Amino acid sequence: MNRVQLRFLSQADNVGLARLMAAGLAGQGNFTLPDIEEIKVAVSEAVSNAIIHGYDNRPDGWVEVVMELDAQGLTVVVEDWGVGIEDVAQAREPAFSDDPERLGLGFVFMESFMHGLEVASTFGKGTRVRMRRLITEISHDAQ
Amino acid sequence: MTIVHALEGRYLRVAVKGDLDLKTAIPLREALDKLTDRYRDRHLLLDLTEVGFVDSSGLGVILGRHRRLMAQGRTISLSGVRPSVKAVLELAGIDSIINITHIAEGSETRRNRPQTKTST
Ligand SMILES: Nc1ncnc2c1ncn2[C@@H]1O[C@H](COP(=O)(O)OP(=O)(O)OP(=O)(O)O)[C@@H](O)[C@H]1O
Ligand SMILES: [Mg+2]
Repeated sequence: MNRVQLRFLSQADNVGLARLMAAGLAGQGNFTLPDIEEIKVAVSEAVSNAIIHGYDNRPDGWVEVVMELDAQGLTVVVEDWGVGIEDVAQAREPAFSDDPERLGLGFVFMESFMHGLEVASTFGKGTRVRMRRLITEISHDAQ
Repeated sequence: MTIVHALEGRYLRVAVKGDLDLKTAIPLREALDKLTDRYRDRHLLLDLTEVGFVDSSGLGVILGRHRRLMAQGRTISLSGVRPSVKAVLELAGIDSIINITHIAEGSETRRNRPQTKTST
């Protein structure tokens, strides 16, 4: 079992940082390379949402990413203390976005690329996204 | 992210290098709009050979350029799409809207293979 925690300001540069951390930790487990690519997309979506929506693109909010690797899979929790989501069910609907320039696909990717997604949000307080990816096949080059 | 462009017949080929995410979405959008405004008689061919990562922010730019060009009677096509990027495009259904040339799984060098014609 391994656990890492990363706390950073809500700036676009840090989305790549969170992806790198996810790829690094997933690489310690028996994930295949395509698995890791999908995990990176899910993490990128959750962290981007925290920055874009949670903090309305302000650069001074804290985002926290906690990842835990165990023998069965990887758990990722992304949390922000921003505006929160008024209607989580509506937000999770495919193609729903509060921004006409966006596609509303972030939650779709998180849902499709992970094995389980929980969204807990308090309007005006913040949002916590928890997702888990299971190790589904044993890769042969694993130690 | 870096961008290199070239004119190829009726196409404006733009090769992008780097990740297409929140950080690069706005610079990419501005660069593509500037180039497609400059070469108004060309279709856009976006070469993603050197792009290893695309998320919804990157997809938003691609689909936005598709809409913008379509309104002008022009098209956007994607080339050099890697398997990891392909998965994202397919999940978004973009592969049914935009013409895509994929890179075959595990044979990323095949893209440069010259077309051989056998005459009998
Ligand atoms: N951390 C968050 N804080 C506040 N609102 C959020 C947060 N995450 C998501 N939302 C809300 O949920 C909606 C849907 O999110 P989703 O990621 O699916 O789409 P999007 O971000 O709008 O578009 P895309 O991800 O395709 O760029 C957002 O438009 C926003 O209203
Ligand atoms: Mg999103």
